[in-house]
Amino acid sequence: MKDKPVKNKILEIKNVSKKYTDQFVLRDISLTVNEGDNVVLIGPSGTGKSTLLRCINLLTRVSGGQIFLDDEEITAKGVNEDRVRQHIGMVFQNFLLFNHLTALQNVLSGLTHVKHLPAKQAKEKALMELERVGLSDRADHYPGQLSGGQQQRVAIARALAMDPRIMLFDEPTSALDPELIGEVLEVMRKLAEEGMTMMVVTHEMGFAREVANQIVFMEKGLIVEQGTSQDLFYHPKSDRTREFLWKITELYGKKEENVT
Amino acid sequence: MLLKTLGYILQGTGVTIAVTLVALPMGFLIGLILSIVSVYGGKAASAAAGIYSTVMRGVPPLVLLFILYFIISGSINLSPFWAGSLSLGIISSGYQLEILRGALQSVGSSQMMAARALGMTRIEAIRYIILPQALRIVIPSWANEASVVLKDSSLVYALGVPEIIRRAQYISASTYEPFLALSAAAIIYFVLVFATNRFLDLLEARVRVPGLELSR
Repeated sequence: MKDKPVKNKILEIKNVSKKYTDQFVLRDISLTVNEGDNVVLIGPSGTGKSTLLRCINLLTRVSGGQIFLDDEEITAKGVNEDRVRQHIGMVFQNFLLFNHLTALQNVLSGLTHVKHLPAKQAKEKALMELERVGLSDRADHYPGQLSGGQQQRVAIARALAMDPRIMLFDEPTSALDPELIGEVLEVMRKLAEEGMTMMVVTHEMGFAREVANQIVFMEKGLIVEQGTSQDLFYHPKSDRTREFLWKITELYGKKEENVT
Repeated sequence: MLLKTLGYILQGTGVTIAVTLVALPMGFLIGLILSIVSVYGGKAASAAAGIYSTVMRGVPPLVLLFILYFIISGSINLSPFWAGSLSLGIISSGYQLEILRGALQSVGSSQMMAARALGMTRIEAIRYIILPQALRIVIPSWANEASVVLKDSSLVYALGVPEIIRRAQYISASTYEPFLALSAAAIIYFVLVFATNRFLDLLEARVRVPGLELSR
């Protein structure tokens, strides 16, 4: 994939919809993510933000529309899903580290079993990724011996090790104790600075305001409004956006001050 | 008298162990494959595995033993030892299928999802992520099944295979001391079961993942 000429556009979502039996979870979603973009998806629970991420890395099949990764239609029939997923990093709300493997082995798993790197090279790469999230000293710890924040950072390292084109974060701090949120956001902020292309579903408005260059407000499976953080936070066009941001800032405001 | 009885019966221990060593791994292999099919296969495959386990757990071991020995061995040459061991293995596979299915399910679908998200195929995910966890979980209940198979191996005596019980019967017929003979047999079984369970306990402790109990 990297052999192709460098294109600015990494991900393109065209008129994607998702339907469970007769209920729409996503309706006619269109969105473009360029290289180095940090797109933050916000909106009330159950509006399809997580479903959209799952559609992108093909954990869920779209009901309609198309998704392109580096100009290849990944929602087309006959596409090798496993190959596509190698290029899309995913970080889950509940970390989902492999419980029987140490931090290092977790990061190694994709390198050895999917990329089939030689052992020595894989280990160097894995240690480097752990270093990147500041956890080299925890390499031999099992998930059960790590705090939630540390587990999530290992999960980020595991995804990064695959050198993904884009990283998807599905509420990465929602399952964390408030005092552990900061370390995870810090890692994500650093990634953004390094130019990683990211799509983040989060309720951390401080992070969104600071890091996102595009904020998408979704509700009931629709994109209500999208724009820069400046636009959405200070000049929202839709009343719903204003109402939501006001509520969530009030709700999370205190926590945010401590963290950011 | 005691020593003579014990010595005579002990010679059957090898046969008992041999029957178990055929039946238990065979049941494990069939059970493992079918449990994976049952959990990760389609609806039809899962239903087929369900029927298999229901039938195999429903058939009395002796009935299968006789079917294999008297009916099947008409067309294939099957010694009493093999007819007995194979049928016990088949019966055990029904139970092991259920034990392993439970273990696979308790690992949880989210581990599979995380593995797939990394780009692993379903097979790779099962091999590297799901099975290592499921096999750890399964050890205690598997120890149970191992004890059951070990003791059920006495059923091959119905086909005349000279294992522990058969030999206990022989010697009590000549010494007129059935209580002594059967007690000796019971002691041997106890030692075998105890050793097996001890071994599996040690194995369980050895492969235990540090901190895992805390995270659940």
